[in-house]
Amino acid sequence: MAVRILPQGKAARREMGWFWFFVGPWVFGFFVFTLGPILASAYLSFTRYNGLRGNPKWIGIENYTNLMENPIFWKSLQVSAYYTLLSVPLGIFFSLMLALTLNQRVPFLGVFRTLFYLPSIMPAVAATLLFVWLLNPQFGILNYFIRTLVGNDGLIPLGVEPPMWLQDAKWVIPSFTLISLWGFGGGMLIYLSALQGVPTHLYEAATIDGAGYFKRFWHVTIPMISPVILFTTITGVIGSFQVFTPAWVITGGTGAPNYQSMFYVLYLFVNAFRRNRMGVAAAQAWLLFIVVLILTVVFLWASRRFVYYESESGGRF
Amino acid sequence: MAEATSTQQYPQKTGLRALMGNQKYQQRALSIFCTVLLIVGALIILFPIGWMVSTSLKTRFEAIQFPPTWVPLNPQWHNYRDALLNPTNPFPRYFYNTMFYSLTVMVAEMASCAFIAYGFARLRAPGKDALFLLVLATLMLPSQVTLIPQYILFTKLHGLNFLGVDWINSYTPLIVPHLFGSSYLIFLLRQFYRGLPRDYEEAGLIDGANYFGIWWRIILPLSLPALGAVAILSFMFHYADFLGPLLYLNENAKYTLSLGLQQFRAPFGGTVYHLLMAASLATVVPPILVFFLAQRFFIQGIVVSGVKG
Repeated sequence: MAVRILPQGKAARREMGWFWFFVGPWVFGFFVFTLGPILASAYLSFTRYNGLRGNPKWIGIENYTNLMENPIFWKSLQVSAYYTLLSVPLGIFFSLMLALTLNQRVPFLGVFRTLFYLPSIMPAVAATLLFVWLLNPQFGILNYFIRTLVGNDGLIPLGVEPPMWLQDAKWVIPSFTLISLWGFGGGMLIYLSALQGVPTHLYEAATIDGAGYFKRFWHVTIPMISPVILFTTITGVIGSFQVFTPAWVITGGTGAPNYQSMFYVLYLFVNAFRRNRMGVAAAQAWLLFIVVLILTVVFLWASRRFVYYESESGGRF
Repeated sequence: MAEATSTQQYPQKTGLRALMGNQKYQQRALSIFCTVLLIVGALIILFPIGWMVSTSLKTRFEAIQFPPTWVPLNPQWHNYRDALLNPTNPFPRYFYNTMFYSLTVMVAEMASCAFIAYGFARLRAPGKDALFLLVLATLMLPSQVTLIPQYILFTKLHGLNFLGVDWINSYTPLIVPHLFGSSYLIFLLRQFYRGLPRDYEEAGLIDGANYFGIWWRIILPLSLPALGAVAILSFMFHYADFLGPLLYLNENAKYTLSLGLQQFRAPFGGTVYHLLMAASLATVVPPILVFFLAQRFFIQGIVVSGVKG
C-alpha cells in the first residue's frame, strides 16, 4: 500500500491553509445548498408539511407506506423505467454509430460534427414544442409522411393508420424517446474524442494478425472505449430518471394520457409544488436517490468484467 | 528471391475482384459510403429545424393545409412581430430577463469555479482526495433531493427579509447558489489546471508571491481557453434552464424565454403553430449563434469533462 507523503513543516502548513482558503466557498455551498438540504429532505420525508405555514408534523413512515399503496406512484416509477430502458440504449447506440461513421476519414468532419450537434443546443422547451408540432396527429408532418408512404391512398397502400403519438397511451413514451434521440449528437462528441484517443498501433497490430473491420471493432475499439461507454450509461440512466421539462411542457403536470407520461419527477414536482405535499415529495425524492444509487452501484459492479482500464489509475479521473 | 516471396503472398486477381481486394479501394469505398450515410442522416436531423422555419413563415391556414407546402407561398414575416411583440407575451422583456439571469450566473460561476478548482488542482492538504470525491459524488446526486428543502429555505429567508432582498419571485434564489461553484465546472477547470507546468508556482513562490497572487497573476491568464469553455457551458445551460425559473418566478414580467414560450401555448389553445414556431425559433437563435461563434471552446469543454470522467 502506497502512503502518500505529504510535505512537512511550515511551508506545508501554509499550503494547507491556502487549500482551505480556495475550496472554502465550495465547502460552504456544499453544507448550505447540498448536505443540509439532503438531511432536511430526509427529515421532511417523515413529516406532514405544506411548506407554507406551521411546522412539519412527525408522522413516521406514513409517507412511505402511503406511496407503496399509491398506484400513481408505481405508475410513475414504471413510466420512468420504461423511458430509461428505451432511450438510454438507443441513444448510446446511435451516438456510437454516428461517432464511428465520422471517424472513417470522411470529408467535412467539422461541418458534420456541427450539424449533428445542433439539436443538442436547442433549449428543451423550444425543442419540445417543435416536436409537439411535428408529432401532431392531424396536422403533423410525420403523420403526413406515414400516410403518404404506407397509408390507405399511399405509395405503398398498406392501410397503415399512423399513431396519435403524444396522445396515444401506447406511443407516448416512444414519442418522448424520439424527442430525446433527436439530441444524440451530444453523446457523439464524447465517443468521437474517445475513438480518436485509441492508439493506431493497436489497429495496425490487429490488421497484421488478420483482423477485419468487425473484429477490430469488437476486440480493439470496444474494449478501449468501454470506460466511456460505462460513464455515458450511468449518466444517461441518472439523467433519464430525472426527466421533467418535456413532460411538464407537454402535459402541464397531468401525465396525460391516463398517467402514461407521469414521469417520476413530474409526479414529485406536482406533489411538492402544486399540491403542497412537501413530506410526500421528499419521500419520493429520497426513494429516487436510493434507486439511482443502487443502479449506479450495480452498473459499476457489473462492469468490472466488461470495462477495460489501460492502467490502474489511467481510466479514473 | 525476396521479391518473389513477397508477391506470392498476394494471389493474382483480375478485374473487379482485384479492385475489391485492394486496401486503398476498400478505404475509399468505405469513406464514400460513410459520407452518403452522413448526408442522409444530417438531412433527417436538420429537417425539424427546417420545418420550424417553414411553419413560422406561413399563414395560419397554410400551416395546417394538406398537402403541405415545403416553402411558404408568401412568407409572412409579420408573424415574428405578431408572436414577439404582443402585450400578453412580452418577449423583449423575457429576453432581457433571460440574458440578465444567464450572464450573471455565468460570471458568478466563472469566478467561483476558477477559484475553487485551483485549490483542488494544485494545493496539497490532508483529506483533499476525499473532498474531491465528494465533489464528484454531488454530480451523481439527483437535484430533486435538495430541491424541496432549498425552496423552503428560500421561503424562510424571504419571510425573515434576509439581507433585505426578495428570495421568492425573484432571481436571487436562482443566482446565489452559483456563487459557491458548480461541481461539473470545477471538475472541468481542475482537469485543465493540472495540465499546466508546476514550475510557474515554484518560480512564483521564490519571487515571494503567495498562492492567491500566483492564481490571479499566472494561472488565471493561462487558463483563458478553459474559462471560455466554462463560460459557454454555463451560459447555454442557464439560458435553457426551465425548472428553476418555473419554481421561483411567478409573475409574467419576470419570466425567462423558456417560461414565456411555454406560457405562449395556452392562450391560443396550442393550435396557432405558425406563431408558436416563430417564437420558438426566435428563442433558439441566440444559443445557436453563440455555438457557431465559440464552437471550439464549447466542444473542448464537453470533451474534457466527458471523456476523463
